[in-house]
Amino acid sequence: MAFNLRWRWSKVVVFLLCLLPALELALRAWNQSRGVEPDLGVNPLEHITRATGDWTLRFLLITLAITPLRKLLQRPALIHFRRMAGLFAFFYGSLHFTTYLWFDKAFAWSEILPDVAKRRFIAVGFTAFVLMLPLAITSTGGWIRRLGGKRWQWLHRLVYFSALAGVIHYWWLVKSDIRKPAIYAGILAALLVYRMVVWVLPSQQHHAGARKLATAETVE
Amino acid sequence: MLIKKPADIPSSEITPQSAYVSRRKFMVTAAVALGAAAVACNKAAEMASPQKAEAAAAKLQFTRNSALSTSEKPNSLKEISTYNNFYEYGTDKSDPAENAWKLRTRPWTVSIEGEVKKPKTYDIDQLTKLAPLEERIYRHRCVEGWSMVMPWLGYSLSNFIKQCEPTSKAKYVQFVTLQDPEQMPGQKTGVLDWPYVEGLRMDEAMHPLALLCFGLYGEVLPNQNGAPVRMILPWKYGFKSGKSIVKFRFVEKQPPTTWNISAPSEYGFYSNVNPAVDHPRWSQKTERRIGEFRRRDTLMFNGYAGQVASLYSGMDLRANY
Repeated sequence: MAFNLRWRWSKVVVFLLCLLPALELALRAWNQSRGVEPDLGVNPLEHITRATGDWTLRFLLITLAITPLRKLLQRPALIHFRRMAGLFAFFYGSLHFTTYLWFDKAFAWSEILPDVAKRRFIAVGFTAFVLMLPLAITSTGGWIRRLGGKRWQWLHRLVYFSALAGVIHYWWLVKSDIRKPAIYAGILAALLVYRMVVWVLPSQQHHAGARKLATAETVE
Repeated sequence: MLIKKPADIPSSEITPQSAYVSRRKFMVTAAVALGAAAVACNKAAEMASPQKAEAAAAKLQFTRNSALSTSEKPNSLKEISTYNNFYEYGTDKSDPAENAWKLRTRPWTVSIEGEVKKPKTYDIDQLTKLAPLEERIYRHRCVEGWSMVMPWLGYSLSNFIKQCEPTSKAKYVQFVTLQDPEQMPGQKTGVLDWPYVEGLRMDEAMHPLALLCFGLYGEVLPNQNGAPVRMILPWKYGFKSGKSIVKFRFVEKQPPTTWNISAPSEYGFYSNVNPAVDHPRWSQKTERRIGEFRRRDTLMFNGYAGQVASLYSGMDLRANY
């Protein structure tokens, strides 16, 4: 009881923290309309696109970091935040995608469709977003039960491909300075290597433990 | 063939002669008056405070060249000086405004090398006075897909080139940006090959639109916009217009250029604004004018086709991107 209460409150706090980047953008937009700084700068659209894109990648990496962190820090309860982090990745991804469709292209499909087909950085970014869709939809306890833990887990491995596509999207769009995408790529590589190591060195106990904790969220 | 398209400047943009003549007269009168006032102020200010003297000295005397100016509304100084690419100060567009204070623009010399009768070196103040300064309001199109309108001060590069007395062997001119990582911290990274080099074919360099630029909005260039002297080539993507130039080299063969070295398939030597030739990774058909919400169509040669298209007649602009 006391445990549940504590997690509920920490979830509220973490939720608000995750919302901060969006609130910051909203504040800057509000400032822009009043002519006050800090605003969105000279190219507001670029500012919003970059910020939402950055936060999508960050939340994807945070989501993927939770399993390794649980082990390394011996804090299995971190699982309580995984779904939230994943859904925030989807939230910022949706804002990023909407910014492109709506503010950048004004829903001009005759421009957008060839863009997606011709521009590999847009195609791969679009892929990253589409891969997140089924994960967001099936993120509820009901869906875990309907699919069954094992199948659900398989489906949710799509998150690796989404993160990979997201990092490639960033890498392919920069002009010459690859340092920032390289940082994302480095972190993602570390997170994937961790999983490969765990996978190659199977220990029954390890896997059983992981499954038990993965479902902890459902029965909470 | 694309370059046969009619002039891309809509007639609404062309200022009637009567208007610009009277405007010029006004500008000249105003400039003279301002100049006199500036001299008087200068003296008073020098005595009062050295800081004010510096500010007054930052003003430049000029006349507006309306014939070569667009009548579109220029972007604000804030927009122009806080949002630009100048990788010598960092790769974010806010970096130049943040870091360019480190640049020392005096003393500054510009040297002339290569296929010239006699190599020589100009002091920046001498160079500024080589020809009368004109204000020219040019469109600026960045290869990334954004654009601005900017009121530059300078004179046609051709004025300077004539003084350099290039030999018949000089087929190209290369301009070289300062290299000093202490003043330009972005040069501590290997993002590009330093120093930044750019260049033109001789006939391009002699074109009256090619501006040797010293000022912006009536004053000397802000450091972050390429002080104390830079190129402005309004029919080419922005990166062709080298900034903070220390050297002009006249050469026989097409000189290397920085972005072409960095990504040869993406940035060619010519880099003329061309909506029909996409960057390999993104479209060049449209652009976002800073301050506007909707994208606008990009014009052939950035709207300067009427003046410059003949430079490229017979050339395949898809191959010579």
